[in-house]
Amino acid sequence: MSDYILEMNHITKEFSGVKALDDVNLKVKKGEIHAICGENGAGKSTLMNVLSGVYPFGTYEGDILYKGEHCKFHNLRDSEAKGIVIIHQELALSPLLSVAENVFIGNEQTSMKGVIDWTATRRRAVEMLAKVGLEHEDVNVPVNSLGVGKQQLIEIAKALAKKVELLILDEPTAALNDEESRKLLDIMLQLKEHGITCIIISHKLNEIEYVSDSVTIIRDGHTIETLVKGVDDYSEDRVIKAMVGREMTNRYPVREGVTVGDVIFEVNNWNVFHPDDEHRQILKDINIRVRSGEVVGLAGLMGAGRTEFAMSLFGRSYGQKISGTVKINGKEVKLKTVKDAINAKLAYISEDRKTYGLNLIGDIKENMTIAARPKYFSKNGVINANDEIVAAQEYKKRINVKANSINQVVGALSGGNQQKVVVAKWMMTQPDVLIMDEPTRGIDVGAKYEIYCVINELAKSGKAVIVISSELPEIIGTCDRVYVINEGEIAGELTKEEVTQEKIMQCIMAHQRKGDEDGNE
Amino acid sequence: METNNKKYVKMDIKQYGMFFALIAIYLVFAVLTKGANTTPMNINNLIMQNGYVVILAIGMLLCVLTGNIDLGVGSVVAVCGSVAGIIMMDLKMNMWVAIIAALLVGLLTGIFAGFFIAYLGIPPFVTTLATMLMGRGLTYTLLQAQTKGPFDQSYNFIGAGFLPVIKIPFGDGTLDIVSIVVAVIASAALIFSEIKSNATKRKYNFAVNPTWQIVLKLAVMLFIIWFFFYKLSRYNGLPFVLLIMVILIGIYGFITSKTVAGRQIYALGGNRKAANLSGIDTNKVFFWVYVNMGVLSAIAGIVLSARNGSATPKAGDGFEMDAIASCYIGGAAVAGGAGSIVGAVVGAFIMGILNNGMSLFGWSTDIQKIVKGAVLLGAVTLDVLSKRKKG
Repeated sequence: MSDYILEMNHITKEFSGVKALDDVNLKVKKGEIHAICGENGAGKSTLMNVLSGVYPFGTYEGDILYKGEHCKFHNLRDSEAKGIVIIHQELALSPLLSVAENVFIGNEQTSMKGVIDWTATRRRAVEMLAKVGLEHEDVNVPVNSLGVGKQQLIEIAKALAKKVELLILDEPTAALNDEESRKLLDIMLQLKEHGITCIIISHKLNEIEYVSDSVTIIRDGHTIETLVKGVDDYSEDRVIKAMVGREMTNRYPVREGVTVGDVIFEVNNWNVFHPDDEHRQILKDINIRVRSGEVVGLAGLMGAGRTEFAMSLFGRSYGQKISGTVKINGKEVKLKTVKDAINAKLAYISEDRKTYGLNLIGDIKENMTIAARPKYFSKNGVINANDEIVAAQEYKKRINVKANSINQVVGALSGGNQQKVVVAKWMMTQPDVLIMDEPTRGIDVGAKYEIYCVINELAKSGKAVIVISSELPEIIGTCDRVYVINEGEIAGELTKEEVTQEKIMQCIMAHQRKGDEDGNE
Repeated sequence: METNNKKYVKMDIKQYGMFFALIAIYLVFAVLTKGANTTPMNINNLIMQNGYVVILAIGMLLCVLTGNIDLGVGSVVAVCGSVAGIIMMDLKMNMWVAIIAALLVGLLTGIFAGFFIAYLGIPPFVTTLATMLMGRGLTYTLLQAQTKGPFDQSYNFIGAGFLPVIKIPFGDGTLDIVSIVVAVIASAALIFSEIKSNATKRKYNFAVNPTWQIVLKLAVMLFIIWFFFYKLSRYNGLPFVLLIMVILIGIYGFITSKTVAGRQIYALGGNRKAANLSGIDTNKVFFWVYVNMGVLSAIAGIVLSARNGSATPKAGDGFEMDAIASCYIGGAAVAGGAGSIVGAVVGAFIMGILNNGMSLFGWSTDIQKIVKGAVLLGAVTLDVLSKRKKG
């Protein structure tokens, strides 16, 4: 068994009672590129955080065997000292410092103790960059003057400078275009020749097929299986099946007595460009229609552009050079600000309640009424406090927010109850169209069920509901119709009857292949 | 309605802690100065000397609620005072023209700072550091580095005058009936509002404080009111500055708790991104908060120059720090989103009582600064630690 550089045995990690990892096993051979696949939230990143010491020894159960040694990492430094380096999806570069300085950040080249030897820093940075195919870069320019692709390679150079033996890449190509991605994957293959072991987490199955020697599939915090190239069936379809093949139980309440009416929400030819880069198109000619009483899903991988789509609709909260038309209840509306959107009876429930949804130091009532206040709870700018209290108490009861009173501070509530407060906040604005972005992210099963009940109730009252979710079963369980979005375009539309997880993934893959072919022409 | 098993909650000590601190500090100095700080004249001075800091603290609280501060207020106070002085002394114009001009100048400086902060995204610290330097320089230029005065008595009334009195002989001096009548009205209003707020809480089945705690709270507040008004009635009656303060406290207390605009400041301070996505134009909120600060600085500038009877180049020096410290001592969160007008006012009086007590006790201004700094640090440290304990 000595050909394994890393063995993670029976790893179990709980977050306040919820098992993110349950008896996970991972074995990585020395010198191979090992891929980890799974849906969003399956536990891939958690596993890597356990390995690298972000979750210190003692906060998880199980055993890590690295180069035959039992490891007890207490932080990132411990694991890096052993040659394990993790590169996260969000780059950890200091944008205004030079390339050379970034390569040796936290690992400075010093002459005397604490005094930086700039000559050695620059010389060795050039050496490191050469190993990742950046031999012609000027190491003195600030790192933010380079593109994302090169920055990702500089992250790898930084890892090499730390004498990495096991390199972990978490979604390294998520922000890269095809050419940059290919270059990065080829660098990985070169590193492999130099004896460096790699673990790659990726959603892009074609890349995994191209670069990896074996793949471990994780689903719902369990290891499903490990496939080896040349031994097992290594096709994308095979991997997809392992990723999504779960039994669907009665986790979604049945929607009854809903009459689907006319189209009340229509978006035509919606185009959006990146807020910082006016040449980078994020969304291309998106067209969608939603009927009253209908629940429509937007499915897609992380970074497909779903949230960007919703936010650009919602008072241009994302992007620039936005073009296209929006019709609500048959009338074309101009949504230049969030206020316009609220007045046009559109609501958007953000995917990140703590950053974009709640004032955590405010109480339940304040949070619930803040958006609806100008229109429904005030006269001439003066708040009608009694109406607010009555409404907040009504909603607290209606969607079952568990708290002693509406004066409780929101930051002290559980994730599920916080989410219910955000949902109540937007229901209070009395919208006709609700966009719910990852409405059940990070909340427990019971609260999820209650949120699904709210979605059903909204549909029943004739609202148009759009659900954005990375959890395919959720999309399938709650939606009447699904738009699949990939790389900023509608990759397909599936009806309730047709939709399966495999169909959605195939839709995405087909669109990616089409994009690759177009790109190569 | 789900039954509420916690019908009673203990009084939040922190919420009233600053009142106790105020009383405790006052009592300490009453002992140290052998009662010198309890004389009617000294109580009167306390109000007159701290009027402008209270006015500035009210405006500053709004800035602090957004998670920022305004360093420029001391300089704006000086500019507005000197503008009023020049109009009255050099241009020989009516005091009303001077007051309106000073208010306009304050408004303009507010617009200036607000524009840079809200619409160009310049950090408030930098913007107001600039207005602080520019304002001070402008004051020295306008006044040619000299004091301008003395002003007319009718103008000085704003800072040093008293409301009409009806004095009757009482003990070894006189007693002003007007002050007593106002104290009676204030007491009635306080009791009425407390009863009403408790009735509302019961109506909606909110937890209420136990009766003895409510009574204790009322008793303490009534004591403070009667102590102040009685002392004032024994001197010259109610200072005009007190009227300005009470009106401003009323207006801004209402704005911050009962209006859409006021609550938007809290929402912005609590989470700017979430506020934006709730339909709040956060740039607009920022703009008006700083415009408002400019206007209140002008009012403080008028009051200060009226009290001094002159405009001096060094007027208002360091006031920004007193105003900021008042907000923090009064329980406002440094990160924004939490704090109250009453808290800021109490904070201002804590600073004032410290200053006053230490002066009477004979400590130099140098020592006073050390003590004030320690009190500020201690108050904020207590606040931060108490939050940390709750997790």
